[in-house]
Amino acid sequence: MDKQYIIGVLVSNISGVLSRVSGMFTRRGFNINSLTVGETENSDFSRITIAFHGDDEIKDRIIRQLDKLHDVKAVEVLEKHDTVTRELLLIKVRNNSEIRQDIMTAVEIFRSKIVDYSPEALTIEITGETTKIDAFIELVKPYGIMEMCRTGIVAVERGGNCLNSMNN
Amino acid sequence: MKISGAKIVVETLIEQGCSTVFGYPGGQVINLFDELYLCRDRIKHVLTAHEQGASHAADGYARATGKVGVVIATSGPGATNLVTGIATAYLDSVPMVAITGNVPCSLIGRDSFQEVDIVGVTMPVTKHNFIVKNVSELADTLRMAFKIAKSGRPGPVLVDIPKDVQTALCEYTPESQPVIPYPLSFAKEEELKKASEIINASERPYIYFGGGIISGKASEEIIAFADKIDAPMGCSLMGLSAVPSDNPHFLGMQGMHGHYASSVAEDEADLVIALGARFSDRATGDKNRFSKNFRIIHIDIDNAELDKNIPASLAIQGDIKDALTRLISMVEEKKHATWSERIQELREEEAHRVESARSGRELDPFAIVDIVSEYEENANIVTDVGQHQMWTAQRYPLKKPRTFLTSGGLGTMGFGMGASIGACEATGRRSILFTGDGSFGMNLNELATSVTEGVPLTVVIMNNGVLGMVRQWQTLFFDKHYSNTTLDGRKTDFVKLAEAFGAKGTRVFTKEELRQAVQDSFAYNGTFVIDCAVDCDEFVLPMLPPGGSIDDIITEVK
Repeated sequence: MDKQYIIGVLVSNISGVLSRVSGMFTRRGFNINSLTVGETENSDFSRITIAFHGDDEIKDRIIRQLDKLHDVKAVEVLEKHDTVTRELLLIKVRNNSEIRQDIMTAVEIFRSKIVDYSPEALTIEITGETTKIDAFIELVKPYGIMEMCRTGIVAVERGGNCLNSMNN
Repeated sequence: MKISGAKIVVETLIEQGCSTVFGYPGGQVINLFDELYLCRDRIKHVLTAHEQGASHAADGYARATGKVGVVIATSGPGATNLVTGIATAYLDSVPMVAITGNVPCSLIGRDSFQEVDIVGVTMPVTKHNFIVKNVSELADTLRMAFKIAKSGRPGPVLVDIPKDVQTALCEYTPESQPVIPYPLSFAKEEELKKASEIINASERPYIYFGGGIISGKASEEIIAFADKIDAPMGCSLMGLSAVPSDNPHFLGMQGMHGHYASSVAEDEADLVIALGARFSDRATGDKNRFSKNFRIIHIDIDNAELDKNIPASLAIQGDIKDALTRLISMVEEKKHATWSERIQELREEEAHRVESARSGRELDPFAIVDIVSEYEENANIVTDVGQHQMWTAQRYPLKKPRTFLTSGGLGTMGFGMGASIGACEATGRRSILFTGDGSFGMNLNELATSVTEGVPLTVVIMNNGVLGMVRQWQTLFFDKHYSNTTLDGRKTDFVKLAEAFGAKGTRVFTKEELRQAVQDSFAYNGTFVIDCAVDCDEFVLPMLPPGGSIDDIITEVK
């Protein structure tokens, strides 16, 4: 059955590594929903969080192919119930007096904040799980979205388990 | 003492046990070739006619020995000319290190003369690749390239070295021995136990093996295993030569152009034990139909091959030699009388079908293979790609592992000349290249190399004046629309061509002429081209149509 999977991938922090990982997806016909990458607490390693849709068979093939890459040090499926996931959205909507109050209310209810204010536009920053971000976008859509930018999912396992300890 | 990056490359190659490398010089590897010149008494460089030929030669060198083949080319076109050879090695899991020069670091990314991002280009067709931008990392990167190339499931690794890294100076300390591969992983005991239970319960087991038996050095084990459980064996194209062709349990290649008995037995089995094989589409045909009747146990060193193409009932990752050794001690000794009888029946049926399907022409393909093999002793059997490749694969009596060199996964026409030369250089033995007029036409410039090197090479061209494999498909599936497969406009005289290159050549029309030519060629310590006249309507049979299954097997075309 198709569902969304989130995997954490620990890789060597060297140039070209993102090409290798994303290239594997393209080359083997797997689709990526979102991909985020950043340095870890150890500057020798980066951590890539990839979200994709598929079934168990596709997930297993992806994990095994990733495991094979020389620069990949650890791969783990992050189970939904056992994982903290977050996305960040920056969204710019039109600033006009008729709707300003509605937007401010939405911002408050969603525990987001306005990070830039100009006569033409309001820029809002919101963090949360994907569903929350999606809901917020839907909400402000009627007010006129000028542009938006979302980071894609980052995720870590709850509790003491760490991706970097899998390597040892 | 500090030495140049170029010298570090050559010293590291020597340190890693390389005695012969293949390549072609150019602007961005001129320093490297200068060091090769200075070290010419310690390492031999074979100059080919084209970088592609060099890459296939390094591949052939590796296939014939199991050692890492090394190829060197310059930046830009030199590097891109290697790509087909690297991809060929990648698809067939051949250990290779490709070294390319590149423009100096300061010129990278500016579309400089003969600049190409070869690391980017070869990413999908290498096990791993590197660009070295700091001379201090050069020796260790090369060592790592060798380590990756020969670890686990082998494969090609490319190291791109900008010119300024070759000229920069650095300390170099030689290692006392070549790098050791990463430790092998071994199958879990409980998984093997489960496998042995399934095998013990099977009444009609069939062993399907691939190239993993050769790279995993498990020929003896697989034969002992088949003996103990009394199972017939079939293999993929890559598995050929792992087991002697005359082994009583061996039915030959299965799949699209496999032996009739081998493919049918596989379909009638209740258990297929897949060992070091990957269920390529050429081996399975229609994947949904393929495994309808049997369970599968799949053992491979590469975890990513498990459940990739065909899901297995039991998939086990681990070294094949070790897994088989342990399995042999776990499984019960069996005699499957009914199954053996059925196999015998299939063998007889096959013999009948083969004879019936033969055209009866004077110089039919099997006659050519038979005559060559009659006189051959201890040669490297090499093929190009197409009909001749399948005829050779089906018919040639192979005796020892690593004596059959063919481009299986990528199906690279033009593979044969380079690979033959590489195998000669590696083994000191004769190579016999079976090729077609199409494939030979792709890289025949390498005659220049084989003549220069003076290697013993017999080239047997099955010359039918057509691109026979595609023509066969056109006959069977495209209403005989022979689109661009008829070569009768070509007036190439392969005998004169051989002579023009300084080789010998002869054209043969009859069995008697072929016998003479084969003996003449084997008596000649150089390149000898035998141009065999073959009819354009000889077919490779049997054939499972692409995407079809054993139900659709074609055993005769009238």
